[in-house]
Amino acid sequence: MKPAPFGYADPTSVDEALDVLTSEGEGAKVLAGGQSLLPLLSMRLAAPSTLVDINRVPGLDQISAGPDGVRVGALVRHAQLLASSEAAGVQPLLGRATANVAHPAIRNRGTTVGSIAHADPSGEMTAVLALTDGSVTVATPEGRETIGWGDFFLGPLETSVHGPAVVLDAFFPALPERSGTAFAEIARRKGDYAVCGAGVVVTLDADRRVSSARAAYLSVGLVPEVHDLTDAVVGQPVDTADWTAAGELARGLVDPDGDLHASADYRRLLVATLTARTLADAGAEAARRTA
Amino acid sequence: MTTKFFGEPVRRREDARLIIGQGRYLDDIGSGAYAAAFVRSPYAHARVLDIDVSAAMDVEGLLAIYTYEDLTGPLAEPLPVLIPHPQLTAPRTGYPLVKDVAQHVGEPIVMVVATDRYIAEDAAGLIEVSYEELPVVVGVDAAEAAEHTVHDDVPDNIAARHHQETGDVEAALAASAHTLSFTQYFERSASMPMEGKGVHARWDDADSSLRVYSSTQASTSVRAAIAAKLELSMEKVEVIAPDVGGGFGVKIVHPWPEELLVPMAARRLGHEVKWTEDRREHFISSAHERQQRQEITVGYDDDGRITALDVLVWHDNGAYTPYGIIVPINTATQLCGPYDIPVYRARVNSVYTNTVIVTPYRGAGRPQGTFAMERTMDRIAQALGIDRALVRERNLIQPDQFPYDWGLTFQDGRPLIYDSGDYPAMMAKLKVLVDWDGFAERRAAAEARGKLLGIGMAPYVEGTGPGPYEGAHVQVLGSGKVLVSTGLTSQGQGHETVFAQLAAAELGVPMEDVVVTTGDTRRFGYAVGTFASRAAVVSGNAVALAARGVKEKALRIAAEVLEADPADLEIDEGLVQVKGTPGASIPLRTVAVLSNPLRYAFDEAARQATQFSGPGDDSKPPVAVGDAPGLEHTDYYSPLRSTFASGAHAVVVEIDPATWEIQIEQYAVVHDCGTIINPMIVEGQVHGGVAQGVGGALYERMAYDRDGQLTNASFMDFLMPYASEVPDVDIDHQSTPSPLNELGIKGAGEAGVIPGSAAIASAIEDAVGRRIAAMPISPTELYDLVRSDAERVTNSSPHDSGAMA
Ligand SMILES: Cc1cc2nc3c(=O)[nH]c(=O)nc-3n(C[C@H](O)[C@H](O)[C@H](O)COP(=O)(O)OP(=O)(O)OC[C@H]3O[C@@H](n4cnc5c(N)ncnc54)[C@H](O)[C@@H]3O)c2cc1C
Repeated sequence: MKPAPFGYADPTSVDEALDVLTSEGEGAKVLAGGQSLLPLLSMRLAAPSTLVDINRVPGLDQISAGPDGVRVGALVRHAQLLASSEAAGVQPLLGRATANVAHPAIRNRGTTVGSIAHADPSGEMTAVLALTDGSVTVATPEGRETIGWGDFFLGPLETSVHGPAVVLDAFFPALPERSGTAFAEIARRKGDYAVCGAGVVVTLDADRRVSSARAAYLSVGLVPEVHDLTDAVVGQPVDTADWTAAGELARGLVDPDGDLHASADYRRLLVATLTARTLADAGAEAARRTA
Repeated sequence: MTTKFFGEPVRRREDARLIIGQGRYLDDIGSGAYAAAFVRSPYAHARVLDIDVSAAMDVEGLLAIYTYEDLTGPLAEPLPVLIPHPQLTAPRTGYPLVKDVAQHVGEPIVMVVATDRYIAEDAAGLIEVSYEELPVVVGVDAAEAAEHTVHDDVPDNIAARHHQETGDVEAALAASAHTLSFTQYFERSASMPMEGKGVHARWDDADSSLRVYSSTQASTSVRAAIAAKLELSMEKVEVIAPDVGGGFGVKIVHPWPEELLVPMAARRLGHEVKWTEDRREHFISSAHERQQRQEITVGYDDDGRITALDVLVWHDNGAYTPYGIIVPINTATQLCGPYDIPVYRARVNSVYTNTVIVTPYRGAGRPQGTFAMERTMDRIAQALGIDRALVRERNLIQPDQFPYDWGLTFQDGRPLIYDSGDYPAMMAKLKVLVDWDGFAERRAAAEARGKLLGIGMAPYVEGTGPGPYEGAHVQVLGSGKVLVSTGLTSQGQGHETVFAQLAAAELGVPMEDVVVTTGDTRRFGYAVGTFASRAAVVSGNAVALAARGVKEKALRIAAEVLEADPADLEIDEGLVQVKGTPGASIPLRTVAVLSNPLRYAFDEAARQATQFSGPGDDSKPPVAVGDAPGLEHTDYYSPLRSTFASGAHAVVVEIDPATWEIQIEQYAVVHDCGTIINPMIVEGQVHGGVAQGVGGALYERMAYDRDGQLTNASFMDFLMPYASEVPDVDIDHQSTPSPLNELGIKGAGEAGVIPGSAAIASAIEDAVGRRIAAMPISPTELYDLVRSDAERVTNSSPHDSGAMA
C-alpha cells in the first residue's frame, strides 16, 4: 500500500497551479485535503504523474456568507464549515450535513469543495449542493466559469470539468423564506459513508400550507438526485401534512443499486423512512420560520 | 503469598508508554532495512504457468526477486503441520512461495526485496505471472458437494473427520420424549489486530547468527521453526517479539511464509530486511475463522431437560491446515457449555475451500459451539412454551457435580474435566443484572415508542490455560531491581502489569522495582505461546513459583546475616526483616549482592561481597555445594489439565422497524475466571471480547464471492465496530477458584467474545419474532428476514412458565 512514483508541485497561486496542470497534462491531479485521493494512491487505484497541491494557494480558505448564499472556498475544511454559525444561519443544511461527513480527523483535513470535485454520490455535500441548487466556480486557463450542479455531476467520480482546472469555490444558495430543512442518514457505523441519506427543504405559503417539498439523496444513485415531492403534500397544512405519503412517493422515484451493505429494496425502504422523518422536521422548522 | 498487589485493580503499567507513541512495534525497528513486498495470487485457485520478472529487473533500487525455484533444502518443503492429529487424515500445507498451484487469493508467489517498500511494490507490479485458472470451491456447502476439489488428492475436500461421543446418541434420541432437528450457519470473521504481521531479520555474517523480530504470539517456536527451515543451529537464532499491536490468535500460527523468507533474504543479501504486512495483505493472506454449518438434533423431556444431543458440523478450514484441527475440537468439546447432557455426540467435518486459512481467532471454535448450544436451548424453550432462562437453569451442571468428567478429549489431548464452577449462581446473578424477570415492562415501554425490544442470554464454559507448560525467570539485582522474564509473549493483554503484581506480591517488593520482559528468546528460551487464555494460568503460576524460589534463597542468605531462622523472616517493601523485631533487617538488594561472592568491587554495593569485606566462614566454600551464585530462580508450571472458566451474557436489543437498525440497549456479563489477579485487567479483557463479539454478530463478515475474491478486503467495507458501536458493559464477577493450580486462576482472555452471537441472535429473534438461523445479521438482512417466510417464533415470559419450576 505505497503509492507509485509521482511528481509534486506546490504552486502559490491559482494561475501557477493551472500552469502546472497544463504542462503536466492528463496525468496531473489537484491535491486538496487528500482524504479521498491519497487512499486511492496508496492502493494504487490511481497513479497520477504529478500532484498539484493547492494547499499553499492563499485566499482559498474563506467562507463568505451573504444574503444570497454561502460561498465556500476550495481550502475550507469540513470542520471549518461545520463550525461556521454564519454559514448555518444562511443555509442550515451546511452544518447539518457536514456533521455527517466522516470523523473529526478526516473533517479536519478533507475539504468541502474537494468532496464536490470528487463527485462521490455517497458524499453529503454533493447532495447538499444539488438540493440547494448550488454551483461551483471553476478556473481554467481560459478563465473562470460558474457551473450549476446539474451540469457539473456526470457520474460517479466524474464531473464535466476536463483538462486543467481548479474548482475555486462552491456556492450554496440561501434557504428561502418560510422554509425549513433537515438532513438525516443511516450508516452502518457512526461516521461511515451513508448507506442512504436524505436532505430536504420544505417551503410553506403564508397560510402555513406546504407549497414545496424537495429532497436530495445520497448513496441511492450514480449522481446526486433531487426529487420534487410536492405533489404528495401540496396545500396541506404543515402540522398535519402526510409526510409518509411523500416518503412513499420518493420510494417509487428512486432506483438504487444494491451492494454488500444494503440491498436495493432496503435502500428504497430507507428513502421512504428518511424522507418522511426529515420532511416532518423540516416542516416544523419552516412553520417556526413562518410566524 | 502476601495480598498486597494480588487481586488489586493495579493500573496497566504498559499503557502510558503505548498510548504516547513510545511503543516499539515491528515497523519501528530497522529503519535502514531493505524492504520486502510480495506478488500474491489474484486467483483463488490457479496453476502458475510462468513468472516473467524481466520488466522488474530495470527498477532502480531492486535487490532481489525470489520465487519457489530459489528455495533450497527444508525451505522448499511444505510448511509444517503444527498440530498433527490422528483424525486429520488429509493434512495439507502450502509452501513459503507457491510451488505449482495457488490455493487462495493472496497466497505469496514472488518475493521482491528493494531498498524501500515503495520500490519493492513498483517492481512487484511489473512482474508478470501467467496462470491457468482452476475451478474454485468457496463455502462449506460447495466443499461438501465436492463437485470441484481444492487439493487434487483430497477428492471429498475433507481434511479431517473429528468424532467424539459420550454414549449411544441414536438410542438416546430414539428414547427421548421430544426431538428437534435444525440447521444453522455461522460466518467468517478474523482477528484483525490493528498491527498486522511483520518480520525484521538481521544476519551477522562474522558470527553466522540471526536475530529476528517478529510480531508473533510464539517467539520460541518461531525460533525453532526458523532454525529448522534455514538449517541453523538453535543457538545461532534469536527471536524477539517486540511490542505487538494485538494478536487475537492470528499470530500464534507460525512459521508464516514471511517469517522464513525475510530471514532467508537477510542472510543471502547480508543486510537487514523487513516486511511489514499491509491491511490488504492481512485480509487475504493471514487467517480467518468461524464459518460453519451446524446440523443439530436434540432430544429432551417434557420439562425441557436434554436427554441427547447430536451435532454434525461442517467446518470451513480454508485452503490449508497448518494449525491442525484445534478449532473443530474446540467446537466439538466446548459446545455443551454449562449443561449436564447425558448423551452427546459431535462430528466435525473439516473441509478445504479456496480461501484464506482458518486458525484460532479469540474464542477459537467456541463462539460457534455456544451458538449451536444456545440456539438449541431457545428452540426447546419455544417448543415447550417455557421461559428461556428456565430451560437453561433446568439443564445446568450443579455445583456438587464437580469435577465434571465429560468422557471427551480436550484440545490439549487431555480429558475434558470441568474443574469447578457454580453455574446456577452465575445465572441467578445474570438475571438480576439484566432484570430478566422485569423485561416485559421494558418491552411494553419500547413498543409505545414504536420500537421492538428483545432480550437474549447465553452462558458458556471455556477451557483455559492448557499446557504443556510455561516457565519464568526471576532475578533480584544488586540495585534492588527485580527482573521477571517469560518466554511467553504479550500482545497488549497486560502481562507486564500482572506478572509484576505476582512477583511483587510473592517477593514482598514494590511493584515499581519489577521489570517484566516477555517473548524474548535471549532472556528465556522455553515457552509455548500466548493462546487459549493461558498466560495468567500457566505463566502466572510459573512466575509465582520462580519468585517463591528467589524468596526462599533470599531468606536463607538473610538468615545467616541476621543470625535468625529463615522461618522467622519476612520481606516487606524490599526489606528482609525478622517478624516482630523492628530493626533486625537487611534490604533485599543487599541480599542480592551477598548472594554472589565477588573478587572485584566495581561499585560501592559490590564491595560488600568481596573477599576481604568481612569475616567469612572458612570451613565452607564461598558458594555452597548445590547452590549457585546470584539471587535468581527459574521455575516452570505444567498444568495437569485445562481449567474451566465460565460466564453468561445477556443482551437487550432495540430495533427500529422503520429502518431495521439494531441497537444494543444493554449488555450484561457475569464472569468467572477463578481467582482474579487484577479485576481492572479482567474487565478490560471482557470489554474487548464483547466488542469483538458484537462485531462478529452485527458487523463483520468475510464477503467472498463465488470466484473466491474477498470483496471487502479493507477497513472501508469490512466493518469492525468503532467505539461508537460497542455498548457499555455491565459486569458482575463470580469467583470459583480452580483447584488445579495453587493460585486458583482460570483464564480470562477469550471469554468476552464467546457468547456474543448466540445472545444477540436470541435477542433479535425475541424482538422480531422470526427465526434467526444464521449469524451475523445486518439491518438489510433483517429486513429481508422479516419479509421472508422464515418461521415465526414466540418466547414465553418468565411469568408464563414460572409456575412449572
Ligand atoms: C475514512 C473516511 C471516511 C470518509 N467518510 C466520508 C463521508 O462520510 N462523507 C463524505 O462526503 N466524505 C467522506 N470521506 C471523504 C472526505 O470527505 C474527503 O475529504 C473528500 O471527499 C475529498 O476532499 P479532499 O479535500 O480530501 O480531496 P482530495 O482527496 O485531495 O481530492 C479528491 C479528488 O478531488 C479533486 N479535487 C480536490 N479539490 C479540488 C479542487 N479544488 N479543484 C479540482 N479538483 C479537486 C482531486 O484531484 C481528487 O481527484 C471520507 C474519507 C475517509 C478517509
